[in-house]
Amino acid sequence: MQNNPQLNANGELQHLLSIEGLPRQILVQILDTAVPFAGLTEREVKKVPLLRGKSVFNLFFEASTRTRTTFEIAAKRLSADVINLNVAVSSQSKGESLLDTVANLSAMQADIFVVRHGSSGAPYLIARQVKPHEHVINAGDGRHAHPTQGLLDLYTIRHYKKDFTGLTVAIVGDVLHSRVARSLIHGLTTLGVPEVRVIGPQTLLPAGVESLGVRVFHDMRTGLKDCDVVVMLRLQHERMNGALLPSAQEFFKHYGLTADKLALAKPDAIVMHPGPMNRGVEIDSSVADGPHSVILPQVTFGIAVRMAVMSIVAGN
Amino acid sequence: MSKIPDAEILLPKLVAELKARIAPATAMIGLYTGGAWLAERLHPLLGLKDPLGLMDVAFYRDDYAQQGLKHDPKRTKIPFDVEGREILLVDDVLYTGRTVRAAMNELFDYGRPKSISLVVLADRGGRQLPIGAQYCGAQVEVAEGMRLRLKRTASGKLSLEIERAE
Repeated sequence: MQNNPQLNANGELQHLLSIEGLPRQILVQILDTAVPFAGLTEREVKKVPLLRGKSVFNLFFEASTRTRTTFEIAAKRLSADVINLNVAVSSQSKGESLLDTVANLSAMQADIFVVRHGSSGAPYLIARQVKPHEHVINAGDGRHAHPTQGLLDLYTIRHYKKDFTGLTVAIVGDVLHSRVARSLIHGLTTLGVPEVRVIGPQTLLPAGVESLGVRVFHDMRTGLKDCDVVVMLRLQHERMNGALLPSAQEFFKHYGLTADKLALAKPDAIVMHPGPMNRGVEIDSSVADGPHSVILPQVTFGIAVRMAVMSIVAGN
Repeated sequence: MSKIPDAEILLPKLVAELKARIAPATAMIGLYTGGAWLAERLHPLLGLKDPLGLMDVAFYRDDYAQQGLKHDPKRTKIPFDVEGREILLVDDVLYTGRTVRAAMNELFDYGRPKSISLVVLADRGGRQLPIGAQYCGAQVEVAEGMRLRLKRTASGKLSLEIERAE
Protein backbone atom coordinates (compact mmCIF):
# COMPACT_ATOMS: atom_id res chain seq x y z
CA MET A 1 0.00 0.00 0.00
CA GLN A 2 1.28 3.46 -0.82
CA ASN A 3 2.13 5.87 1.95
CA ASN A 4 -0.70 8.31 1.56
CA PRO A 5 -3.88 6.74 0.20
CA GLN A 6 -5.42 10.19 -0.26
CA LEU A 7 -2.96 11.41 -2.88
CA ASN A 8 -2.38 10.26 -6.46
CA ALA A 9 1.04 9.69 -8.06
CA ASN A 10 1.37 13.45 -8.73
CA GLY A 11 0.73 14.29 -5.08
CA GLU A 12 -2.75 15.63 -5.87
CA LEU A 13 -5.88 14.94 -3.85
CA GLN A 14 -7.46 11.69 -5.06
CA HIS A 15 -9.67 10.94 -2.05
CA LEU A 16 -10.45 12.98 1.03
CA LEU A 17 -10.28 10.56 3.95
CA SER A 18 -8.73 12.56 6.76
CA ILE A 19 -7.09 15.93 7.37
CA GLU A 20 -4.33 14.05 9.14
CA GLY A 21 -1.55 13.42 6.67
CA LEU A 22 -2.58 16.08 4.16
CA PRO A 23 0.14 18.57 3.30
CA ARG A 24 -0.45 22.20 4.12
CA GLN A 25 -0.66 23.26 0.47
CA ILE A 26 -3.58 20.93 -0.18
CA LEU A 27 -5.49 22.29 2.81
CA VAL A 28 -4.82 25.82 1.53
CA GLN A 29 -5.86 24.82 -2.00
CA ILE A 30 -9.22 23.53 -0.69
CA LEU A 31 -9.83 26.68 1.39
CA ASP A 32 -8.84 28.96 -1.52
CA THR A 33 -11.06 27.08 -3.94
CA ALA A 34 -14.03 27.34 -1.57
CA VAL A 35 -13.88 31.17 -1.69
CA PRO A 36 -15.27 31.58 -5.24
CA PHE A 37 -17.81 28.81 -4.56
CA ALA A 38 -19.06 30.76 -1.54
CA GLY A 39 -19.60 33.69 -3.91
CA LEU A 40 -22.13 31.72 -5.98
CA THR A 41 -24.83 32.32 -3.38
CA GLU A 42 -25.11 35.92 -4.62
CA ARG A 43 -26.10 34.82 -8.12
CA GLU A 44 -29.40 34.23 -9.83
CA VAL A 45 -28.19 30.76 -10.94
CA LYS A 46 -26.34 29.09 -8.08
CA LYS A 47 -25.04 26.18 -10.13
CA VAL A 48 -21.85 25.78 -12.12
CA PRO A 49 -21.39 23.10 -14.80
CA LEU A 50 -18.16 21.51 -13.49
CA LEU A 51 -19.50 18.05 -12.60
CA ARG A 52 -22.16 17.82 -15.29
CA GLY A 53 -22.67 14.17 -16.20
CA LYS A 54 -20.91 12.89 -13.06
CA SER A 55 -22.67 10.78 -10.44
CA VAL A 56 -22.22 11.35 -6.74
CA PHE A 57 -23.36 8.52 -4.48
CA ASN A 58 -24.15 9.54 -0.92
CA LEU A 59 -23.47 6.32 0.92
CA PHE A 60 -24.65 6.74 4.50
CA PHE A 61 -24.28 3.67 6.71
CA GLU A 62 -25.03 5.88 9.70
CA ALA A 63 -27.89 8.32 10.02
CA SER A 64 -27.19 11.96 9.26
CA THR A 65 -29.46 14.65 7.94
CA ARG A 66 -27.37 17.76 7.87
CA THR A 67 -24.14 16.36 6.48
CA ARG A 68 -25.94 14.32 3.83
CA THR A 69 -28.05 17.32 2.82
CA THR A 70 -25.08 19.67 2.54
CA PHE A 71 -23.20 17.14 0.40
CA GLU A 72 -26.31 16.77 -1.75
CA ILE A 73 -26.66 20.53 -2.20
CA ALA A 74 -22.95 20.86 -2.95
CA ALA A 75 -23.08 18.13 -5.60
CA LYS A 76 -26.20 19.60 -7.18
CA ARG A 77 -24.65 23.06 -7.33
CA LEU A 78 -21.80 21.45 -9.26
CA SER A 79 -24.43 20.00 -11.65
CA ALA A 80 -23.71 16.39 -10.66
CA ASP A 81 -26.42 13.78 -10.37
CA VAL A 82 -26.90 12.73 -6.76
CA ILE A 83 -28.04 9.35 -5.57
CA ASN A 84 -28.77 9.03 -1.86
CA LEU A 85 -28.46 5.64 -0.24
CA ASN A 86 -29.23 5.14 3.41
CA VAL A 87 -27.69 1.78 3.93
CA ALA A 88 -28.34 0.10 7.24
CA VAL A 89 -26.11 -2.89 7.85
CA SER A 90 -25.93 -5.40 10.65
CA SER A 91 -22.66 -5.24 12.53
CA GLN A 92 -21.61 -8.79 11.66
CA SER A 93 -21.88 -8.48 7.90
CA LYS A 94 -20.46 -4.95 7.74
CA GLY A 95 -17.10 -5.63 6.12
CA GLU A 96 -18.29 -7.91 3.40
CA SER A 97 -21.46 -6.10 2.41
CA LEU A 98 -19.67 -2.76 2.44
CA LEU A 99 -17.33 -3.78 -0.37
CA ASP A 100 -20.09 -5.59 -2.22
CA THR A 101 -22.27 -2.50 -2.06
CA VAL A 102 -19.45 -0.39 -3.41
CA ALA A 103 -18.68 -2.85 -6.22
CA ASN A 104 -22.34 -2.74 -7.25
CA LEU A 105 -22.48 1.05 -7.24
CA SER A 106 -19.24 1.18 -9.13
CA ALA A 107 -20.89 -0.97 -11.81
CA MET A 108 -23.55 1.76 -12.02
CA GLN A 109 -20.86 4.29 -13.11
CA ALA A 110 -20.21 6.19 -9.93
CA ASP A 111 -17.68 9.02 -9.91
CA ILE A 112 -17.67 10.11 -6.28
CA PHE A 113 -18.62 8.16 -3.17
CA VAL A 114 -19.49 10.24 -0.13
CA VAL A 115 -19.24 7.78 2.76
CA ARG A 116 -20.47 8.02 6.34
CA HIS A 117 -19.82 4.91 8.40
CA GLY A 118 -19.93 3.98 12.07
CA SER A 119 -16.64 2.13 11.85
CA SER A 120 -13.35 4.01 11.79
CA GLY A 121 -11.46 3.30 8.60
CA ALA A 122 -14.39 2.20 6.43
CA PRO A 123 -13.76 4.95 3.82
CA TYR A 124 -10.12 3.79 3.58
CA LEU A 125 -11.31 0.30 2.81
CA ILE A 126 -13.52 1.65 0.03
CA ALA A 127 -10.80 3.92 -1.33
CA ARG A 128 -8.54 0.90 -1.76
CA GLN A 129 -11.26 -0.89 -3.69
CA VAL A 130 -12.42 1.75 -6.17
CA LYS A 131 -11.28 2.30 -9.76
CA PRO A 132 -8.80 5.05 -10.63
CA HIS A 133 -11.49 7.48 -11.84
CA GLU A 134 -13.59 7.03 -8.70
CA HIS A 135 -13.12 9.20 -5.65
CA VAL A 136 -14.02 8.70 -2.02
CA ILE A 137 -14.90 11.48 0.40
CA ASN A 138 -15.14 10.64 4.07
CA ALA A 139 -18.29 12.16 5.58
CA GLY A 140 -17.48 10.82 9.05
CA ASP A 141 -16.11 7.43 10.10
CA GLY A 142 -16.55 6.23 13.67
CA ARG A 143 -14.54 8.29 16.11
CA HIS A 144 -11.81 8.73 13.56
CA ALA A 145 -12.34 11.68 11.21
CA HIS A 146 -14.81 14.06 9.65
CA PRO A 147 -12.53 15.98 7.31
CA THR A 148 -15.08 18.19 5.52
CA GLN A 149 -16.40 19.39 8.89
CA GLY A 150 -12.83 20.14 9.95
CA LEU A 151 -12.23 21.99 6.68
CA LEU A 152 -15.38 24.07 7.00
CA ASP A 153 -14.32 24.97 10.53
CA LEU A 154 -10.93 26.05 9.16
CA TYR A 155 -12.64 28.02 6.41
CA THR A 156 -14.86 29.76 8.98
CA ILE A 157 -11.88 30.63 11.17
CA ARG A 158 -9.95 32.02 8.20
CA HIS A 159 -13.01 33.97 7.04
CA TYR A 160 -13.33 35.80 10.36
CA LYS A 161 -9.73 35.87 11.56
CA LYS A 162 -7.92 36.13 8.17
CA ASP A 163 -4.73 34.47 9.41
CA PHE A 164 -4.03 31.35 11.45
CA THR A 165 -0.59 32.18 12.73
CA GLY A 166 -1.48 34.33 15.74
CA LEU A 167 -4.51 32.49 17.03
CA THR A 168 -5.50 30.70 20.20
CA VAL A 169 -8.23 28.17 19.54
CA ALA A 170 -10.09 26.21 22.23
CA ILE A 171 -12.05 23.04 21.55
CA VAL A 172 -14.46 22.35 24.38
CA GLY A 173 -16.37 19.30 25.58
CA ASP A 174 -16.53 15.69 24.48
CA VAL A 175 -13.26 15.43 22.57
CA LEU A 176 -13.08 11.69 23.25
CA HIS A 177 -16.01 10.75 21.02
CA SER A 178 -15.57 13.56 18.53
CA ARG A 179 -14.26 12.89 15.05
CA VAL A 180 -14.79 16.61 14.39
CA ALA A 181 -12.29 17.55 17.11
CA ARG A 182 -9.66 15.19 15.79
CA SER A 183 -9.93 16.50 12.22
CA LEU A 184 -9.90 20.10 13.38
CA ILE A 185 -6.85 19.67 15.64
CA HIS A 186 -4.84 18.23 12.73
CA GLY A 187 -5.95 21.05 10.45
CA LEU A 188 -5.17 23.81 12.94
CA THR A 189 -1.68 22.53 13.71
CA THR A 190 -0.92 21.96 10.01
CA LEU A 191 -1.95 25.53 9.18
CA GLY A 192 0.27 26.97 11.90
CA VAL A 193 -2.09 27.87 14.76
CA PRO A 194 0.38 28.40 17.63
CA GLU A 195 -1.98 27.42 20.44
CA VAL A 196 -4.70 24.79 20.28
CA ARG A 197 -6.40 23.99 23.58
CA VAL A 198 -8.78 21.24 24.50
CA ILE A 199 -11.03 21.80 27.48
CA GLY A 200 -13.08 19.07 29.11
CA PRO A 201 -13.36 16.59 31.97
CA GLN A 202 -10.65 13.94 32.09
CA THR A 203 -13.24 11.27 31.21
CA LEU A 204 -14.09 12.97 27.90
CA LEU A 205 -10.55 13.65 26.71
CA PRO A 206 -8.67 10.92 24.88
CA ALA A 207 -5.64 9.51 26.67
CA GLY A 208 -2.46 11.11 25.34
CA VAL A 209 -4.32 13.93 23.57
CA GLU A 210 -1.28 16.15 24.31
CA SER A 211 0.63 14.22 21.67
CA LEU A 212 -1.54 15.93 19.01
CA GLY A 213 0.10 19.22 19.95
CA VAL A 214 -2.63 20.65 22.16
CA ARG A 215 -2.71 22.13 25.65
CA VAL A 216 -5.12 20.41 28.00
CA PHE A 217 -7.39 22.25 30.42
CA HIS A 218 -9.96 20.81 32.79
CA ASP A 219 -11.17 24.18 34.00
CA MET A 220 -13.16 26.16 31.47
CA ARG A 221 -12.40 29.55 32.98
CA THR A 222 -8.64 29.20 32.68
CA GLY A 223 -8.91 27.43 29.32
CA LEU A 224 -11.02 30.11 27.65
CA LYS A 225 -8.78 32.98 28.72
CA ASP A 226 -7.76 35.14 25.72
CA CYS A 227 -9.05 32.70 23.10
CA ASP A 228 -9.78 33.96 19.57
CA VAL A 229 -11.92 30.99 18.63
CA VAL A 230 -14.10 28.75 20.80
CA VAL A 231 -15.30 25.50 19.24
CA MET A 232 -18.03 23.79 21.24
CA LEU A 233 -18.60 20.09 20.67
CA ARG A 234 -21.89 18.28 20.88
CA LEU A 235 -22.39 16.16 23.99
CA GLN A 236 -24.02 13.02 22.74
CA HIS A 237 -27.11 12.07 24.72
CA GLU A 238 -26.05 8.49 25.16
CA ARG A 239 -22.95 9.65 27.07
CA MET A 240 -24.82 11.84 29.51
CA ASN A 241 -26.05 9.34 32.03
CA GLY A 242 -23.31 6.77 31.67
CA ALA A 243 -20.22 6.35 33.76
CA LEU A 244 -18.46 9.24 32.03
CA LEU A 245 -20.69 12.01 33.31
CA PRO A 246 -23.00 12.54 36.26
CA SER A 247 -25.70 14.48 34.37
CA ALA A 248 -26.34 17.00 31.62
CA GLN A 249 -27.02 19.69 34.23
CA GLU A 250 -23.72 18.98 35.93
CA PHE A 251 -21.91 19.12 32.58
CA PHE A 252 -23.51 22.45 31.70
CA LYS A 253 -22.47 23.91 35.03
CA HIS A 254 -18.80 23.13 34.40
CA TYR A 255 -18.39 23.03 30.63
CA GLY A 256 -21.47 24.71 29.14
CA LEU A 257 -20.60 27.93 27.32
CA THR A 258 -22.39 30.85 28.95
CA ALA A 259 -22.00 34.57 28.34
CA ASP A 260 -19.97 35.07 31.51
CA LYS A 261 -17.52 32.28 30.64
CA LEU A 262 -17.22 33.58 27.08
CA ALA A 263 -16.34 37.02 28.49
CA LEU A 264 -12.95 35.53 29.47
CA ALA A 265 -12.08 35.00 25.80
CA LYS A 266 -11.00 37.89 23.57
CA PRO A 267 -13.71 40.54 22.99
CA ASP A 268 -13.88 39.63 19.29
CA ALA A 269 -13.84 35.86 19.84
CA ILE A 270 -16.01 33.72 17.59
CA VAL A 271 -18.06 30.76 18.81
CA MET A 272 -18.46 27.72 16.59
CA HIS A 273 -20.40 24.47 16.89
CA PRO A 274 -20.55 21.62 14.38
CA GLY A 275 -24.22 20.98 15.17
CA PRO A 276 -26.66 19.70 16.04
CA MET A 277 -26.39 21.58 19.31
CA ASN A 278 -27.92 20.81 22.67
CA ARG A 279 -28.98 24.14 24.09
CA GLY A 280 -28.54 24.19 27.84
CA VAL A 281 -26.11 21.25 27.75
CA GLU A 282 -22.93 22.39 26.02
CA ILE A 283 -24.05 25.89 25.04
CA ASP A 284 -26.42 28.48 26.45
CA SER A 285 -29.04 29.88 24.08
CA SER A 286 -27.88 33.44 24.70
CA VAL A 287 -24.44 32.48 23.34
CA ALA A 288 -25.71 30.28 20.50
CA ASP A 289 -27.84 33.17 19.23
CA GLY A 290 -25.48 35.93 20.39
CA PRO A 291 -23.17 38.28 18.51
CA HIS A 292 -20.10 36.00 18.81
CA SER A 293 -21.86 33.01 17.27
CA VAL A 294 -20.92 32.02 13.70
CA ILE A 295 -22.74 28.69 13.89
CA LEU A 296 -25.12 29.36 10.98
CA PRO A 297 -22.45 30.83 8.67
CA GLN A 298 -20.54 27.57 9.30
CA VAL A 299 -23.38 25.66 7.65
CA THR A 300 -23.36 27.97 4.62
CA PHE A 301 -19.57 27.78 4.27
CA GLY A 302 -19.84 24.00 4.55
CA ILE A 303 -21.55 23.83 1.17
CA ALA A 304 -18.80 25.84 -0.51
CA VAL A 305 -16.08 23.73 1.13
CA ARG A 306 -17.73 20.49 -0.01
CA MET A 307 -18.04 21.89 -3.54
CA ALA A 308 -14.33 22.68 -3.45
CA VAL A 309 -13.41 19.17 -2.28
CA MET A 310 -15.61 17.44 -4.86
CA SER A 311 -14.41 19.59 -7.75
CA ILE A 312 -10.75 19.14 -6.79
CA VAL A 313 -10.86 15.33 -6.42
CA ALA A 314 -13.01 14.79 -9.51
CA GLY A 315 -10.56 16.83 -11.58
CA ASN A 316 -7.50 14.86 -10.41
CA MET B 1 7.67 36.76 -36.48
CA SER B 2 6.12 40.21 -36.18
CA LYS B 3 7.31 42.69 -33.60
CA ILE B 4 5.41 42.60 -30.30
CA PRO B 5 3.39 45.81 -29.98
CA ASP B 6 3.68 48.07 -26.93
CA ALA B 7 0.64 47.58 -24.71
CA GLU B 8 0.85 51.14 -23.40
CA ILE B 9 0.51 52.48 -26.96
CA LEU B 10 -2.38 50.15 -27.82
CA LEU B 11 -4.29 51.18 -24.70
CA PRO B 12 -5.21 54.79 -25.71
CA LYS B 13 -6.16 53.51 -29.18
CA LEU B 14 -8.63 51.09 -27.59
CA VAL B 15 -9.98 53.81 -25.30
CA ALA B 16 -10.65 56.12 -28.25
CA GLU B 17 -12.43 53.35 -30.15
CA LEU B 18 -14.54 52.35 -27.14
CA LYS B 19 -15.42 55.92 -26.12
CA ALA B 20 -17.32 56.49 -29.35
CA ARG B 21 -19.53 53.47 -28.58
CA ILE B 22 -20.37 53.90 -24.90
CA ALA B 23 -24.12 53.86 -24.21
CA PRO B 24 -26.03 54.30 -20.94
CA ALA B 25 -26.45 50.51 -20.69
CA THR B 26 -22.74 49.75 -21.23
CA ALA B 27 -20.90 47.91 -18.44
CA MET B 28 -17.49 46.24 -18.31
CA ILE B 29 -16.23 42.86 -17.09
CA GLY B 30 -12.54 41.91 -17.07
CA LEU B 31 -11.36 38.29 -17.22
CA TYR B 32 -8.69 37.18 -14.74
CA THR B 33 -5.79 37.71 -14.79
CA GLY B 34 -4.58 39.72 -17.80
CA GLY B 35 -8.04 40.88 -18.87
CA ALA B 36 -8.71 42.17 -15.38
CA TRP B 37 -5.50 44.25 -15.49
CA LEU B 38 -6.48 45.69 -18.86
CA ALA B 39 -10.06 46.38 -17.72
CA GLU B 40 -8.78 48.13 -14.58
CA ARG B 41 -6.93 50.56 -16.86
CA LEU B 42 -9.75 51.01 -19.41
CA HIS B 43 -12.66 51.33 -17.01
CA PRO B 44 -11.82 54.68 -15.33
CA LEU B 45 -11.13 56.28 -18.72
CA LEU B 46 -14.56 55.48 -20.15
CA GLY B 47 -16.89 57.08 -17.60
CA LEU B 48 -19.03 54.00 -17.10
CA LYS B 49 -21.62 54.44 -14.36
CA ASP B 50 -21.23 50.98 -12.80
CA PRO B 51 -18.14 49.64 -11.08
CA LEU B 52 -15.98 47.17 -12.97
CA GLY B 53 -16.94 43.48 -12.88
CA LEU B 54 -14.25 40.80 -12.57
CA MET B 55 -14.62 37.20 -13.69
CA ASP B 56 -12.67 33.97 -13.27
CA VAL B 57 -14.00 31.34 -15.67
CA ALA B 58 -12.38 28.40 -13.81
CA PHE B 59 -15.74 26.73 -13.13
CA TYR B 60 -16.81 26.99 -16.79
CA ARG B 61 -13.67 25.85 -18.60
CA ASP B 62 -14.03 23.00 -21.10
CA ASP B 63 -10.71 21.39 -20.17
CA TYR B 64 -11.68 20.44 -16.60
CA ALA B 65 -11.84 16.75 -17.53
CA GLN B 66 -8.25 16.91 -18.87
CA GLN B 67 -6.66 19.48 -16.58
CA GLY B 68 -8.73 19.38 -13.40
CA LEU B 69 -9.50 22.54 -11.52
CA LYS B 70 -6.81 25.21 -11.61
CA HIS B 71 -5.30 26.26 -8.31
CA ASP B 72 -6.52 29.34 -6.51
CA PRO B 73 -9.49 30.35 -8.66
CA LYS B 74 -10.63 33.91 -7.99
CA ARG B 75 -14.09 34.92 -6.96
CA THR B 76 -16.18 36.35 -9.80
CA LYS B 77 -17.66 39.68 -8.74
CA ILE B 78 -20.21 41.43 -10.92
CA PRO B 79 -21.42 44.46 -8.95
CA PHE B 80 -24.34 45.29 -11.29
CA ASP B 81 -27.39 43.58 -12.74
CA VAL B 82 -26.40 41.97 -16.05
CA GLU B 83 -29.99 41.86 -17.32
CA GLY B 84 -30.46 44.06 -20.40
CA ARG B 85 -26.93 45.50 -20.28
CA GLU B 86 -24.46 46.00 -23.12
CA ILE B 87 -21.45 44.13 -21.80
CA LEU B 88 -17.87 44.84 -22.78
CA LEU B 89 -15.99 41.63 -22.02
CA VAL B 90 -12.27 42.38 -21.68
CA ASP B 91 -9.40 39.93 -22.10
CA ASP B 92 -5.73 40.44 -22.79
CA VAL B 93 -5.14 37.99 -25.65
CA LEU B 94 -7.63 36.28 -27.96
CA TYR B 95 -6.41 32.85 -29.07
CA THR B 96 -8.55 29.69 -29.24
CA GLY B 97 -11.74 31.44 -28.10
CA ARG B 98 -12.35 28.88 -25.35
CA THR B 99 -11.96 31.33 -22.47
CA VAL B 100 -14.47 33.68 -24.09
CA ARG B 101 -16.91 30.80 -24.60
CA ALA B 102 -16.60 29.94 -20.90
CA ALA B 103 -17.03 33.61 -19.93
CA MET B 104 -20.23 33.93 -21.98
CA ASN B 105 -21.67 30.83 -20.33
CA GLU B 106 -20.84 32.17 -16.88
CA LEU B 107 -22.25 35.60 -17.71
CA PHE B 108 -25.62 34.10 -18.66
CA ASP B 109 -25.87 32.56 -15.18
CA TYR B 110 -26.04 36.14 -13.90
CA GLY B 111 -28.78 37.26 -16.29
CA ARG B 112 -29.54 37.97 -19.93
CA PRO B 113 -27.43 40.82 -21.29
CA LYS B 114 -28.68 42.84 -24.27
CA SER B 115 -25.35 42.33 -26.00
CA ILE B 116 -21.79 41.19 -25.38
CA SER B 117 -18.80 42.70 -27.19
CA LEU B 118 -15.27 41.41 -26.85
CA VAL B 119 -12.38 43.79 -26.19
CA VAL B 120 -8.82 42.44 -26.44
CA LEU B 121 -5.39 43.97 -26.49
CA ALA B 122 -4.07 41.43 -29.00
CA ASP B 123 -5.44 38.77 -31.34
CA ARG B 124 -2.96 36.00 -32.14
CA GLY B 125 -5.28 33.98 -34.42
CA GLY B 126 -5.57 30.20 -33.95
CA ARG B 127 -9.30 30.21 -33.23
CA GLN B 128 -10.96 26.87 -32.41
CA LEU B 129 -14.42 28.38 -31.93
CA PRO B 130 -16.49 30.87 -33.97
CA ILE B 131 -15.58 33.86 -31.81
CA GLY B 132 -14.19 37.25 -32.81
CA ALA B 133 -13.20 40.48 -31.09
CA GLN B 134 -15.21 43.65 -31.75
CA TYR B 135 -12.41 45.81 -30.35
CA CYS B 136 -8.83 44.67 -30.90
CA GLY B 137 -5.61 46.56 -30.19
CA ALA B 138 -3.39 44.60 -32.61
CA GLN B 139 -2.98 41.39 -34.56
CA VAL B 140 0.14 39.56 -33.39
CA GLU B 141 1.75 36.57 -35.04
CA VAL B 142 2.91 34.02 -32.47
CA ALA B 143 4.68 30.77 -33.28
CA GLU B 144 3.09 27.46 -32.33
CA GLY B 145 4.13 26.34 -28.85
CA MET B 146 4.68 29.91 -27.72
CA ARG B 147 2.42 31.92 -25.52
CA LEU B 148 1.53 35.61 -25.76
CA ARG B 149 0.61 37.08 -22.43
CA LEU B 150 0.18 40.35 -20.63
CA LYS B 151 2.55 41.30 -17.83
CA ARG B 152 2.13 44.02 -15.26
CA THR B 153 4.98 45.71 -13.42
CA ALA B 154 4.79 46.83 -9.79
CA SER B 155 4.07 50.39 -11.02
CA GLY B 156 1.11 49.11 -13.06
CA LYS B 157 2.74 49.36 -16.51
CA LEU B 158 1.40 46.76 -18.96
CA SER B 159 3.43 44.91 -21.57
CA LEU B 160 2.88 42.02 -23.96
CA GLU B 161 5.44 39.26 -23.86
CA ILE B 162 6.04 36.02 -25.70
CA GLU B 163 7.17 33.03 -23.68
CA ARG B 164 7.39 29.29 -24.16
CA ALA B 165 4.07 27.57 -23.34
CA GLU B 166 4.35 25.06 -20.48
